[in-house]
Amino acid sequence: MANFYSDNKALRFHLEHPLMQKIVKLKEDNFAEKDTFDYAPQDFDDALDSYDKVMEIVGDISANLLSPLAESVDHEGPKIVDNEVVYAQGTQQGLEAFRKAELLGMSLPRQYGGLNLPTVPYIMSGEIVARADAAFCNIFGLQDCAETILEFGDEAMKEKYLTRVCAGETAAMDLTEPDAGSDLGAVQLKAHYDEAKKTWILNGVKRFITNGDAHVNLVLARSEEGTNDARGLSLFIYDRNDKAVIVRRLENKLGIKGSPTCELVFKNAPAELCGDRRMGLIKYVMFLMNGARLGIGAQSVGLCEAAYREALAYAHEREQFGKPIIQFPAVYELITNMRVRTEAVRSLLYETSRFVDVYKAYDMLAKKRDLTAEEKADARVYSKLADIFTPLVKLTSSEYSNSLAYDSLQVHGGSGFMKDYPIERIYRDARITSIYEGTSQLQVVAAIRGVTTGGYLNQIKAYEAEPVNARFDYLREQLAAMTADYAKAVELVKAEKNNEYIDFHARRLVEMAGNIIMGHLLVLDANRCDCFAESAEIFIKLVYGENKQRLAYVENSEVKDLGFYKI
Amino acid sequence: MGLKILVLAKQVPDTRNVGQDAMKPDGTVNRAALPAIFNPEDLNALEQALRLKDTFPGTTVHIVTMGPPRAAEIIREAMFRGADGGYLVTDRAFAGADTLATSYTLSLAVKKLAPFDLILAGRQAIDGDTAQVGPQVADKVAVPQITYAEEIQSVKDGKIRVKRRLERGIEIVESPLPCVVTVHSSAAECRFRNSKLTMKNKHAKTLSELQETESSYVNLYKTSPWLTITEWSANDLNPDFNCLGLTGSPTKVKTIENVVLTAKESVQLTPSDSDMDNLMKELIANHTIG
Repeated sequence: MANFYSDNKALRFHLEHPLMQKIVKLKEDNFAEKDTFDYAPQDFDDALDSYDKVMEIVGDISANLLSPLAESVDHEGPKIVDNEVVYAQGTQQGLEAFRKAELLGMSLPRQYGGLNLPTVPYIMSGEIVARADAAFCNIFGLQDCAETILEFGDEAMKEKYLTRVCAGETAAMDLTEPDAGSDLGAVQLKAHYDEAKKTWILNGVKRFITNGDAHVNLVLARSEEGTNDARGLSLFIYDRNDKAVIVRRLENKLGIKGSPTCELVFKNAPAELCGDRRMGLIKYVMFLMNGARLGIGAQSVGLCEAAYREALAYAHEREQFGKPIIQFPAVYELITNMRVRTEAVRSLLYETSRFVDVYKAYDMLAKKRDLTAEEKADARVYSKLADIFTPLVKLTSSEYSNSLAYDSLQVHGGSGFMKDYPIERIYRDARITSIYEGTSQLQVVAAIRGVTTGGYLNQIKAYEAEPVNARFDYLREQLAAMTADYAKAVELVKAEKNNEYIDFHARRLVEMAGNIIMGHLLVLDANRCDCFAESAEIFIKLVYGENKQRLAYVENSEVKDLGFYKI
Repeated sequence: MGLKILVLAKQVPDTRNVGQDAMKPDGTVNRAALPAIFNPEDLNALEQALRLKDTFPGTTVHIVTMGPPRAAEIIREAMFRGADGGYLVTDRAFAGADTLATSYTLSLAVKKLAPFDLILAGRQAIDGDTAQVGPQVADKVAVPQITYAEEIQSVKDGKIRVKRRLERGIEIVESPLPCVVTVHSSAAECRFRNSKLTMKNKHAKTLSELQETESSYVNLYKTSPWLTITEWSANDLNPDFNCLGLTGSPTKVKTIENVVLTAKESVQLTPSDSDMDNLMKELIANHTIG
C-alpha cells in the first residue's frame, strides 16, 4: 500500500532527531499522563513509536484518499449554498477520514481530546498532507488556531472550543480586510461591548479569509474607539453556531482551489474576547501568525516533495532520442538539485519546529508550575531562535516550492503545460505560498533582525561547534568561507548606517544566512545518516556560488545607487 | 442494544503484487516472498461490523482467526481500526487445513464464544479464492447464512436486512439473528486506523509473542487487560483430532502448473472494409465470436 510517510525515509529521520528527547520530556511533563490516558506514552521510546504510528496513518490517508481525489477537488472546488460553504466532495471525504481517525486537534492536550503531539510531528503531518493536496492542507492546518486559544484563552473558552476542534470542527483566522492586508494595524472591523446583552458585538467586512465559514473563528477587530493603529485591536472568537455572518462571496483563485477563500460580512455578530484588550495584533496575532507561517513552511516542503517526485517519475518514463530523458545532464541536474533543495529546506523546517517545540513546551509548563531560572533562560534562547528561524523557513520554503514547481513543469515539457499531469496543479498551488501569511518581502522584514542582531551568526557558530566526523571537514571549511563572506557583506551594509540601505540589501543578506544554515544542517544530518552526505556536498557547492554572487553585488553597491531604483 | 459480533478473518500472502519468486519450484505458494496482509474482503467485513458498533452502543467486535503466531498482526490491525480484540487459533495440528478442516476449527472457536448475534466474514480469501469457509462455518454452527453481502441495511427486532451483490443485480434479504454474513469487495472499504486506538492498542500481544520478545512494558499488561490477545491451541477447542489440519482435509492437490501467459503475434489492420471483413470471418471461423 502506498504511504506518503513511510515511502520517505527522511521524515522518520527528522522525527528521531536527538533534541526530541528533550522536547518529548518537556511536552509530556515526565510522562505524567501515562496512567490517566490509555493512549499516552509510557516513556520516550514509546512516545516516538506513537508519533511514528500516527504519521503512518496520516501517510496512509494522504496517499490513498487525498492524493487520488486532489484533481477532482481542484476541478470542483467549494461553493456557497444557503449562506454556507460546501466543500468539494473530495474535501468532505478527506475531512471525514481525518475526523474518524481523530487526527484533528493533534497538538492539543489530551484533557480536551487532543493527541498532545509536539510541533515536529504535527508539522510533519502538514507536509505529508500537502504533498497529496496542498489545498486540503489549509483546512487541515487551521487546527493550529486552537493553539492560540490554548495559550491565551480562559478555561471556559478552552473547554468550549478546544474540545470541538478535537472532535473535528474546523477553524479560521479572520484577519485580512479590503484595506488591511500586509498592514494589519489598519484593521477596521468594529467590536463594541453590548452592556445589555453582556457580549461583544462585531460589525464589518473581512476579505480573503481561508476557510472563512469555519466553526471556530479568530477575529481581529477594533475594540477601542478612536484608535487607528495596532494598539486599538483585540482578538475575538466568533462561533459559527451564532449564524451572524454572511459569506458574501468565494474568490475564484489561481491555485489551492479546493480551499474556500471567503469574503465575510459580520452583522451584529456576538463574540468572546480572547485574552486582554488591545493585545490582539501585538501579541496574539503575532503568535497565531508564527504558527501559521510554520504551517506554510510545511505546506511548501510538501509541495517541493510532490514537484520533485512528479519530475523524477516523468523523466524516467519519457523517452526522447531513444532513451529516457533522465539520462541527459540538463535533466538529471535539474532533478537532483530539486531533491537536494527539498532536503535542505526540510531540515530547516524541522529545526525550526524543534525550536518552537522547546519554547512552547516551557510555556505550557509555566502554566502548571514556576520555571527555574535555568529553565527560563533556556526557554528564552529557544524562543529567540524560533523568532528568527520562522520567517526564514517561510521565506525559503515558499520560494523553493515555486522554483521546484517551475523546474518540475519544465521537465514535463509541453505535457506539463496541459491539465493531464498533476504538476500543472502543483505549479498553481505553490504560487500562493510566498504571498499569504506574509509575503516573502515581509518575511525578510521579520528575518533581518536575525542578521542585524547577530542571531543567525551566533547559531552558525553553534553549528560549527558541534563535532562531526572528520570526513566532513572539507564541507565545514567551505561553510566557514561562506560565513566569512556573509559577515563581510553584513558589515559592509551596516557600515553605511542607513536603514533604507539595509532594507535594500536585506533579502540578499537573509538568504546568505539561510544558505549557510541549511548547509550546516545538512552536514549534521549527514553525520547522523550517510544518506545525506551527497546532498550536503551538492547543496553546499550550489549555494557557495550563490553567496559569492550576493557578496559581489553588495561590494559593488553604494547608498547612492538607491536613487537609480526609485521610481 | 449492543450486539456481540465476531469477524472471521485471515492473514494472507498479498497475491495482488506477485513477483517472479511468488511460487516455489514444487508449485506451492512461496509465502516468504509475499508480504502478509489482512485479507481484503475481511476488511470489508470488519467495516460492516464497525458500522454496527457505531450505530449500536455497547456492541463488541472481536476477530477470530486461524493461522500461524504472526497472524496476531491482523488482530492488532483490526484493533487499530476499532475492534475490541480477538482470538488467535493457532497450533501445528491445524497446518495444511483445507476449507473443511478450517471451517471445523473455526466453528469450534465460534461455539466457544457463543452466544453471539452475528458472524461476519469476507466472501473469500485472495490466496485460495474458495468462498467456502464462511458458508461451512454457518452450517456447522447451524445458523442461517447470507453470502455476497454489500451492505447491512438494518438490524432490528432480532432480524438483519442485507443487500446482496449478485452477478446480475442486487437482492435484499432478511434473516433472523444469529447468522453468518459474508461480505463482498463491493461493500464499503474499511476505515483508516484511528490514531488514539492505535496508540492505545499498539502493545497488544499474544502470550507467545510476549515470551518471545522482551517487552519493557510488562506492567502494562497487568493494568490493561485488553492488551493480551487470547491464543487458543487445538486442546483448548476440544476437537476430534482426525478432523484437523492435513488429516482432516479431503482436498488433495494433484498437480500445480505454472502457466506462463505469452502474447501471440499481432496483426496490423488497415481501416478498410476488406480488412474488417476478413477479420470477422476469421473470428467466426475460430469460434471467438458467434
